[in-house]
Amino acid sequence: MYIVPKLEDFSASALDAAARDLKSALQSESAAIASEADWKVLRDRWMARKNGVLTLLNDQWLKAAPTPAKREVGQRVNEVKKIVEEQIDAALARVSSTVSASRLEQERVDITLPGNRRKLGIEHPLIRTMNEIVGVFKAMGYSVAEGPEVETDYYNFESLNFPPNHPARDTQDTLMIKGQQGKPLRERLLLRTHTSPVQIRAMEKQPPPIRIVVPGRVHRADTADATHSPIFHQVEGLAVDTNITFCDLKGTLDQAAKAMFGSSVRTRFYPSFFPFTEPSADMQISCFKCGGSGRLKGERCGMCKASGWIEILGSGMVDPNVYGFVDYDPKKYSGFAFGMGVERIAILKYGIDDIQLFYQGDVRFLRQFA
Amino acid sequence: MRISPTWLREFVALDVDNVRLAEDLTHAGIAVEGFIGEGDAVLFEMEITTNRVDAMNHYGVARECSAIYNLELQPIIPKLPKLIQPESFPIEILDPALCARYTARAIRDVRIEKAPRYIAERLLIEAHHGINNVADSTNYALMEMGHPTHAFDLDLLEGGKIVVRPAVHGEKLKTLDGIERQLHPGDLVIADAVKPVALAGIMGGWDTMITPNTRNILIESAWFDPATVRRTARRHSMHTDASHRFERGADWGATTLACDRVTELVLETAGGKLAGYNDAVARKVSHEPIQLERSELRRILGQEIPEPDVTRILRRLGFELTETRASSNGAPEEGVRLALLQPPDAYTVEIPSWRMDVEREIDVIEEVARVYGFNNFANTLPSFSGGVVELPHALPESKTRTRLLALGYDEAVSPTFISTDDAQRFSSSEAVALENPLSEEAPLLRNSLVPGMLNLLAWNFNREATDVRLFEMGNVFSMSSERVEQRKLACFAATGSVGEKGVQLPSRSTDFFDLKGDAEAILNTFEKQSLQFTTPASGYFHPGRSATVVLNGETVGELGQLHPDLAAERKFKQEVWIAQLDLDRLFAVPLREPRYQRLSRYPSVERDFSLLLDNHVSYERLRTAIEGLRIPELESIEPQELFRGAGVPEGKYSLLLHLVFQSSERTLRDDEVSGWSRQVIAAVQGLGGSLRG
Ligand SMILES: [Zn+2]
Repeated sequence: MYIVPKLEDFSASALDAAARDLKSALQSESAAIASEADWKVLRDRWMARKNGVLTLLNDQWLKAAPTPAKREVGQRVNEVKKIVEEQIDAALARVSSTVSASRLEQERVDITLPGNRRKLGIEHPLIRTMNEIVGVFKAMGYSVAEGPEVETDYYNFESLNFPPNHPARDTQDTLMIKGQQGKPLRERLLLRTHTSPVQIRAMEKQPPPIRIVVPGRVHRADTADATHSPIFHQVEGLAVDTNITFCDLKGTLDQAAKAMFGSSVRTRFYPSFFPFTEPSADMQISCFKCGGSGRLKGERCGMCKASGWIEILGSGMVDPNVYGFVDYDPKKYSGFAFGMGVERIAILKYGIDDIQLFYQGDVRFLRQFA
Repeated sequence: MRISPTWLREFVALDVDNVRLAEDLTHAGIAVEGFIGEGDAVLFEMEITTNRVDAMNHYGVARECSAIYNLELQPIIPKLPKLIQPESFPIEILDPALCARYTARAIRDVRIEKAPRYIAERLLIEAHHGINNVADSTNYALMEMGHPTHAFDLDLLEGGKIVVRPAVHGEKLKTLDGIERQLHPGDLVIADAVKPVALAGIMGGWDTMITPNTRNILIESAWFDPATVRRTARRHSMHTDASHRFERGADWGATTLACDRVTELVLETAGGKLAGYNDAVARKVSHEPIQLERSELRRILGQEIPEPDVTRILRRLGFELTETRASSNGAPEEGVRLALLQPPDAYTVEIPSWRMDVEREIDVIEEVARVYGFNNFANTLPSFSGGVVELPHALPESKTRTRLLALGYDEAVSPTFISTDDAQRFSSSEAVALENPLSEEAPLLRNSLVPGMLNLLAWNFNREATDVRLFEMGNVFSMSSERVEQRKLACFAATGSVGEKGVQLPSRSTDFFDLKGDAEAILNTFEKQSLQFTTPASGYFHPGRSATVVLNGETVGELGQLHPDLAAERKFKQEVWIAQLDLDRLFAVPLREPRYQRLSRYPSVERDFSLLLDNHVSYERLRTAIEGLRIPELESIEPQELFRGAGVPEGKYSLLLHLVFQSSERTLRDDEVSGWSRQVIAAVQGLGGSLRG
């Protein structure tokens, strides 16, 4: 065991000798340790503040040195300090790599226990679906537009070619704002029944070409049950320019359907009626569950009611009467519009059996969409 | 409405089976929604769009078949005996705008009894169980050719005439459904010389109906103004087969045919002899011929449709076409030769009287396209130029939403409607009321997202889910000087245990600082000059655990614990932490622009201060006081531990404050740091605090 000698002679050669003794003692002591516990003893013996070898060096060599030799001694002590620190560090590295087997065993954890779960929020399936649909059209060059949920009769109906007192208004059970009877019909406020008023607002604001996609919340006077909700969401689209044709409508919506439901879906169109488009067309996609065969593992496919087709959206060429309301020249411009129910698409995509689940905030439901 | 394919086959010689027929009709816009029954008795359940009143009967659908398959359509030609001694029966139409035509036939000596089987069976298609041979004849004709007719007991019509006129104030009419109705001057009625006997186009009157005693009848076949019929039907909350058709525009040209067809059926089934006939035409209802340019067909549809298809489709549907050609400068003979070589440039299209919905060129184009088949058009993409424009607030909105998700809040969508109580309790703005709310409990549009959020939490609590974090971003509404103002808000709520879950992690309940930290995490996305949390907040919060959030001097929201009284009222057994941010105001603040600062090459110096402070000294005051020293090297102030109780005098608290000093230009000297520490302590003392021994 090394003991710090008291120095009498502070000559360079005497200092060299003392340092050599110290280094060889350090060498043999650090070589002798076999565990981390041993190493701690070694470290404390050499480096502890109180009575560690380095502290004693300071006291017995440096402080004891006569003033002329102090500089020389100080340098030696610093050199030795550095060596000691390095050696002690090296000793630790050695014991911790050789002795690890037992320690590693002690430190073993049960890796089959679940990881610590930091809670992450979950996107609502409706908003997620709505954003996905909007994303598809953005990628096709459509800008995003929005409009107010409380609309006037003019924007919700009249300018979309639903004349006052027209039976087409019957298809849209409308929730009216109170106290509007005194106003002219077109100024009366209501909860918009579709996102289509945004078409008019957008066309009023800018001349063609226009191509927008419009997500939003709409309302109808429907009593809530498993398949109906007075609140629902739509994504609307509009493209108007010179030379936009019915073939373009078909191609655009076919491409969008493939982006939304997979490249293997096929689309087909058949005539429908909306006051603000003509011709009007509903689009069906081939059933993404049974591949359009109508049968699933020998059974009738429930998704498409065995028809092989699922109705997805309504569309049509913008009716020239609508252009009249926004000062577009119907002889010069043409275009198409489309609209789809976000709830319906989310229900189809995820096989949800009750529309009310969307509005209850039930975390058991939401967490399924993590 | 239902259609019997067997009946259809009497008008067109179809050689497709019923399944194929249903599919082809649907693809031409005459939607077959389903099948009822089997074999020959199969019926189509139809979904005819509101504009196609002409197809709401068998003959109309048969006409569609004739266009789809290019087949002859058998005409309906009633065979009536010659009228020998016509009786005069005057018809007066007071307002031609409201009634354009009124055709009537009188038949004498009928026997009222049950209709024969061939009529009764056809009525069963619509599940009509029959009334008597005369009424059933009118219904049969309606199902067959779509024009509504009505039969009166001729002997009960007083004064020997029919007057079509607006009702007079105070008049009453008991309709066939047995209801006595108070008439409105806007109602159009059929009257005799004395009294109203029918609500025009909607329902006949009780007092003049056909009974087993009826001997002589008058058959009405008329054309009424759609808007008038609709208004009257709505006013009296009535919806009948007749009103459904008149509202959508009946066939002006079919009144005589329908009248004759019903007459034929009555003579067949009830006997009798023709007695009188009058066809009163007040005005003609028709559309002007339409010019259809071939170039316009191509411009709208995007594809050339072969000329023979265009003419075949339109002619089969009853349109009459005259070809027109632009170039007529050559000799007539040359024109003929040209005609053989190339299709015409345009057509003049005469509109059949049953197609009230076809008024414009585009309507004719639609006819061609739908029968030609939408799926026979190519799929192409339009060429576009120009960029995609995002909504002005798309980026801040997406950042806010992403942060809320990252902070562990699940996204929710709550209903728009709230109760009067909630509207008053959770907002000071005037809520917007609905004229026709779906429920009396929730007659208002939400003026705050908080009540909806509380309902979502309650829903979860009632289903044993107690650790819930939800957020919603949505619009709220308020009335402000007759206008509805819409604002976008975000609401987030946290309740139950917080943070990570794991076998070795302690569980901890959500507290004020969790909520505040989440709010700060969101607000830190924005360019922030100052952010203050002040009191008081709205009354629905716990007064001691809530704050108003002020960003750059503007109030952007509130947060805190739901007031325990309100929580108790809703039977919440746990603390609920809730925040609401005004996104319209928040998004007016620009997003924070990242700023790079060179990292200091010099070491930082850390100093801990264990302080004793009076309870009324808020951390905010302490921080402001220290920042007020304006020590440029003071890098950060961080409160690390706070406690009251054991060892701390009553009315005081102890705070461990961690300060970091650093310079980007040099290593700090001990004496400098000591000097600043003394300044800090002096500032603390200025607040009545002291350094703990
Ligand atoms: Zn399927």
